[in-house]
Amino acid sequence: MLRSVITSAALALALGASPALASGGAHLDKQSWSWDGVFGSYDKAQLKRGYQVFHDVCSNCHGLKLVAYRNLKEIGLSEEEAKAVAAERETKDGPNDEGEMFNRPGKLSDRYISPFANDQAARVANNGALPPDLSLMTKARVGGPDYVYSLLMGFADAPEGFKLGDGMNYNKVFPGNQIAMAPQISDDLVTYADGTKASADQLTKDVVSFLNWAAEPELEARKSMGLKTMIFLLVLTALFYALKRKIWKDVH
Amino acid sequence: MSAPAFNNKIIKWIDERIPLFTVLDHSTSSYPTPKNLNYWWNFGSLALFALVIMIMTGIVLAMNYTGHTSMAFDSVERIMRDVNYGWLLRYLHMNGASFFFICVYVHIFRGLYYGSYKAPREILWWLGLLIYLAMMATAFMGYVLPWGQMSFWGATVITNLFSAVPVVGNFIVTWLWGGFAVDNPTLNRFFSLHYLLPFVIFALVFLHLVALHTSKSGNPSGIEIKGPQDTIMFHPYYTIKDLYGVGVFLLVFMGFVFFAPNFFGEPDNYIPANPMVTPPHIVPEWYYLPFYAILRAIPDKLGGVIAMFGAILVLFALPWLDSSKVRSGRFRPVFKWFFWLFLADCFVLGWIGGKPAEGNYIPIGQAATFWYFFHLLVVLPLLGRLEKPLALPASISASVLKEKA
Repeated sequence: MLRSVITSAALALALGASPALASGGAHLDKQSWSWDGVFGSYDKAQLKRGYQVFHDVCSNCHGLKLVAYRNLKEIGLSEEEAKAVAAERETKDGPNDEGEMFNRPGKLSDRYISPFANDQAARVANNGALPPDLSLMTKARVGGPDYVYSLLMGFADAPEGFKLGDGMNYNKVFPGNQIAMAPQISDDLVTYADGTKASADQLTKDVVSFLNWAAEPELEARKSMGLKTMIFLLVLTALFYALKRKIWKDVH
Repeated sequence: MSAPAFNNKIIKWIDERIPLFTVLDHSTSSYPTPKNLNYWWNFGSLALFALVIMIMTGIVLAMNYTGHTSMAFDSVERIMRDVNYGWLLRYLHMNGASFFFICVYVHIFRGLYYGSYKAPREILWWLGLLIYLAMMATAFMGYVLPWGQMSFWGATVITNLFSAVPVVGNFIVTWLWGGFAVDNPTLNRFFSLHYLLPFVIFALVFLHLVALHTSKSGNPSGIEIKGPQDTIMFHPYYTIKDLYGVGVFLLVFMGFVFFAPNFFGEPDNYIPANPMVTPPHIVPEWYYLPFYAILRAIPDKLGGVIAMFGAILVLFALPWLDSSKVRSGRFRPVFKWFFWLFLADCFVLGWIGGKPAEGNYIPIGQAATFWYFFHLLVVLPLLGRLEKPLALPASISASVLKEKA
């Protein structure tokens, strides 16, 4: 029986690892995250700080269109705070009773309103480059949160002889090492409401944590249900095994 | 088949009109099964269990999914975020596909080792291969539905294979797409077929079981049942053994669902499909990788496509390619080694399938492809004639007693 478990696990690893490794790239700076491991969970204070960085810095160019304003209450914003954030941007609604489309401030039920009306507008404002939506960023790159962390911290001067395109920046982990985004992170970029010292490393970890929550808001529910499920299954399987031995006693 | 006597009047009344209970009795309670099945025989019932999970989660997912290119990606994310336990349903379905394939691959290789395809079980084997083919088609179309980058580009690459068909190739591709590129009509028909095919699989599984219950289960000794001393009733012996298997299976499966749900997936599929941006490295899901390697091992497009489909079709001829009269690999000292070599070869193909077609990967892939066909077309036919098998036990019962001693 143990053999079959090991075999299936080995099969899964051997077969599953190949495609994931296949698309790997530069060396990533591995971090330890609060949600790592079976018992991992988000640090609410960190998510709120990370949101502050996202709101003050990232959201000027990047969208977060899969997250609704109401979801922000899950990371510790009050109803009023979330409403205030929603009202910062306008969205198109209508038609009204006169048959006209109109703009109105965002509401809690809206998804995060993107900074640009469309991709073309985003490109025009960003030297031809399109800032990607960040809703799923930590799931959509090999290395996940470690990749996003390494990218944000990976800006450097281009090595000698490296031909950098017009308006491009050198980055150690971005594919091709040229990225249109300028370096954003620096010490004391924002002043944290909770008094945490805003070092570059702290800022980056916080914003990546927030982005990971944005990509996997179900993570805590998933892990806690997972633990209960595994305990239940262990007991159930042990009972099945005991029953199997009892029933088969007269065969062997 | 004689009807068992039922004491319950209602059951008796129904059974005289439609023999539901008689059939149930014959195929479970009183179905005589060899007493020496090992745990490799669990994977058939596990595969059926996985199929049921796939259909059940799939039906609910379909209630919340939108099959339109402009909404499919977001509708999947809505399932993940706003549908009650939607994340659970989707992760069960996503990982369930991988675990269904793991069960079926173990099941197939068990059949290869113990010669389960040999007379009188050729049609049982064929039905199994048809299930496998239908699974491949279903999984491929299912992977397209979230409309991520890999969905789109995987669909483009795989459907384009048919353009290799001489003369009518391009017409076939246009017909498959429902247009001149992978687009909304393609997504719609894939959704429709993805919902239909699992029920085709279910029907094939039913026939697979009818064939099984006609030719009876094989067993690790590879010799036929000779009398009641060789068998035990399916129920309760194998129902409890299968349930225990389900418990272990669920522990591994749920471990991935809850703690590493994206392990088998490609990060690129969390980027919405974009026909203007080709991902640097298009890879299919892991369960296709060996065939992807065979496809790319042949430097000619049509040749590659023929080799890829041939790699599965050749398995239909396996009952006649393997010339040995002895079923079980246990009593075939030379075959045993070639079996493990063949299994390793399939792993190498899977590994190469996930690598870019460049450098040393190309000759390794070609050598592994050569060995795949060489094993099936040359080694197996010759081995049965040259190899001297070990002495077979007198009966299943005798083989069990010998193991115990």
